[in-house]
Amino acid sequence: MEEKVTNVLLSGVGGQGTILASDILCSVFHEIGYDVKKSEVHGMAQRGGDVTTHFRFGKKVYSPLIKYGDADFLISFELLEGLRYINWVKKGGKVLLNHQEVYPPAVNLGKMKYPEDVARTFKKLFKGNAFVIKALDIAVKCGDARAINIVTLGAFSKFFDIKDEIWERNLLQHLPEKVHQLNLDAFREGKMAV
Amino acid sequence: MEKILQGNYAIARGAWEAGVKVACAYPGTPSSEIIFAISSQYKKDIQAEWSPNEKVALEVAIGASFAGARALACMKHVGLNVASDPFMTLSYTGVKGGLVIVVADDPYAHSSQNEQDSRHWARFGKVPMIEPSDSQECKDFTKLAFDLSEQFDTPVLMRTETRISHSFSPVLLEDRRESLIPIGLDLKDAPKYTMVPIYVRMRRVVVEERMKKLEAFADEFKYNVMEINDPKIGVITSGVCYNYAKEVFPNHSYLKLGMVWPLPKKIIREFFAKVKKVIIVEQLDPFLETEIRAMGYKIFHGKDVLPSLYEFNPEIIEKAIKGKRYKPPKERINVDELPKRPPNLCSACSHRPFFYALKKLGVFVFGDIGCYTLAAAPPLNAVHSTVCMGAGVGGAFGASKALGKEGLGKVCSVIGDSTFLHGGITPLMDIVYNKGNATTIILDNRTTGMTGLQEHPGTGFTITGEETNQIDLEVLVRALGVKHVRKVDPYHIKETMEVIKEEIERDEPSVIITVNGPCMLHRREKRKFEHPYYEIEIGNCRGCGMCLDIGCPAISWREVMGEEALTTDGHKRKGVVSINRLQCPGCGVCQQICKFESIVPGKA
Ligand SMILES: Cc1ncc(C[n+]2csc(CCOP(=O)(O)OP(=O)(O)O)c2C)c(N)n1
Repeated sequence: MEEKVTNVLLSGVGGQGTILASDILCSVFHEIGYDVKKSEVHGMAQRGGDVTTHFRFGKKVYSPLIKYGDADFLISFELLEGLRYINWVKKGGKVLLNHQEVYPPAVNLGKMKYPEDVARTFKKLFKGNAFVIKALDIAVKCGDARAINIVTLGAFSKFFDIKDEIWERNLLQHLPEKVHQLNLDAFREGKMAV
Repeated sequence: MEKILQGNYAIARGAWEAGVKVACAYPGTPSSEIIFAISSQYKKDIQAEWSPNEKVALEVAIGASFAGARALACMKHVGLNVASDPFMTLSYTGVKGGLVIVVADDPYAHSSQNEQDSRHWARFGKVPMIEPSDSQECKDFTKLAFDLSEQFDTPVLMRTETRISHSFSPVLLEDRRESLIPIGLDLKDAPKYTMVPIYVRMRRVVVEERMKKLEAFADEFKYNVMEINDPKIGVITSGVCYNYAKEVFPNHSYLKLGMVWPLPKKIIREFFAKVKKVIIVEQLDPFLETEIRAMGYKIFHGKDVLPSLYEFNPEIIEKAIKGKRYKPPKERINVDELPKRPPNLCSACSHRPFFYALKKLGVFVFGDIGCYTLAAAPPLNAVHSTVCMGAGVGGAFGASKALGKEGLGKVCSVIGDSTFLHGGITPLMDIVYNKGNATTIILDNRTTGMTGLQEHPGTGFTITGEETNQIDLEVLVRALGVKHVRKVDPYHIKETMEVIKEEIERDEPSVIITVNGPCMLHRREKRKFEHPYYEIEIGNCRGCGMCLDIGCPAISWREVMGEEALTTDGHKRKGVVSINRLQCPGCGVCQQICKFESIVPGKA
């Protein structure tokens, strides 16, 4: 096993399922023998604010929080929230972006503009290490817009050499039975998206 | 078996394994999950309750302990302020069944009205305090705390903070063991439990003796651990700070304190003998630092470089200690310029139209604590003070005393249903008793919204979902002597404004209670709106932005140019608004605000 700790930062907007995604990550990496820690960071409750989750795995993990500038991976479920954490990614780190915009209040009020060309900015700065997927479209195709987190997880799974069986079993453990097929589809479609 | 648990769930597990029989709490971030987990997973063995407030929670736990049961009370940091009265004297009576108080701090005030450091309560109350640093320790320390409590006949404080309570890590699960203390009350215990002066003075001696014994014990406590690596620098720390420091300075030596009060003075002396220089890493106040300096030691670094404000993280510690040697990571873009995403009231929340009405009336609102505090933010800006739970009710009375008759029509207090039952009843009693004229507005959204929708005595259900008595707020406030009680449907803005105006101008105490406005996230109670959603008649919209004043997440404005810059009937406009259908539950509040009738019901 690698000595070093791997840092995965997940960001998104309340209600996008960041927390479930990170729960699944925790159980997968724990199952294959790593120490894991994760921490959810959000302000006053969940009411539409931004949500980030720090997930870390390795032989022994101390801090529940990733050090600024030390993320090996950034998974963002929303473009602006991806941009907000761009500086957290270390040199050579990878970024997985869901191409979706959710307007924050200042944009809704017409006081500020939603940043343009976020995906391009990432491509320019990270080159081949930036991966952009349309998780929302895929999730809708699979039958439920809420599955964007699972689609994204599917895409993320491609960065690791872990058996599909492990991913899928852990995924299903976190979901009620009636949405099992839908989420399996979402996961598999997500894998094909990168 | 190993399972990944949130710190709070691990505490719940620890309580169960420790044989706890009674667990009480009032919700408060970041502590709320503990009792929730107990009530949902261990209800067969543990009687859990949402108490009306933290003081009651602790008092119920005290009674259970006196009767021989192991009992747990959980609260956020400010909750212990509310429970401090029983807490301070409980230190004298001691316990029978083990009694543990979990107090969860919130550095940076992620969801709190202040940032206090609960370690001071341990010193102040003369009781031991332990501090876990991950989920495994949350479980282990909870069990240990109960043993300590019985062994030393003392309540035990267990301090967590956001990053311990809300982080997840693996935990080894074990079985439950019932406590050996028999259940039962003994009349002969009276001198121990009755704190009248003569007995107080006797117990006072016991408390001091206990403290001495605990000090000796601290030096043997197996979770006060010395880790000697490079002896050049030693770090004294506890809780989550240990993990942050370990992360950035893996080679330093460490003294990790599992018990932060009383301090293990012998071990501290040994540590100073073993390392050259000592750094103290602690969040919030210089608690350890003050004590260790008082022992006569020189400290290399502590609060001279580490902040006393806000929450730590690995970077803050590294930067503070390394000083000029610290190299920040390269910034790719300036993220400070990005639009922020603060929390907001949900779309169609019943608080929104009510605060819009208050804003239109221009009254000074003594607010309180809950989701409705979000109305302090723009564009509503309709809450003008928030101190602590229940403070708004008395605050409005105090202001009306200061302003005299001039104040009529200018002030009111606004409080949520859960907060009213927590701490709003006594100040309302004061208004009536002392002949005030303040108006108290209870926003009854049928739940404790802010902290994640917990039941309370006004919802008619217990923590396990059993039906129970439901307080009728109107009957309650009338019993306090309030003669003018009005009920309003907050979604009708005009009517709401009229009622508020009449009541705040009245020279007598009055109460307004909102009805039919359950929290939008409520699972049981739902308001039926007339239409499935609303939309903008785009040709008609003047882009005036009136509807933006409510700060609804579903409504957005965009600039228009050229042909689009004219309405169908030829009025010039700079922009238009649109309603995101996916986010609009159809409350119709925006429609009442639009002067140009450009907002219309959408079709199903
Ligand atoms: C002494 C204390 N205990 C607990 C809390 C945590 N807390 C903040 S708001 C709130 C309750 C909010 O419920 P309610 O008054 O019904 O308003 P709502 O959020 O539903 O609008 C609680 C428990 C606190 N801030 N202070």
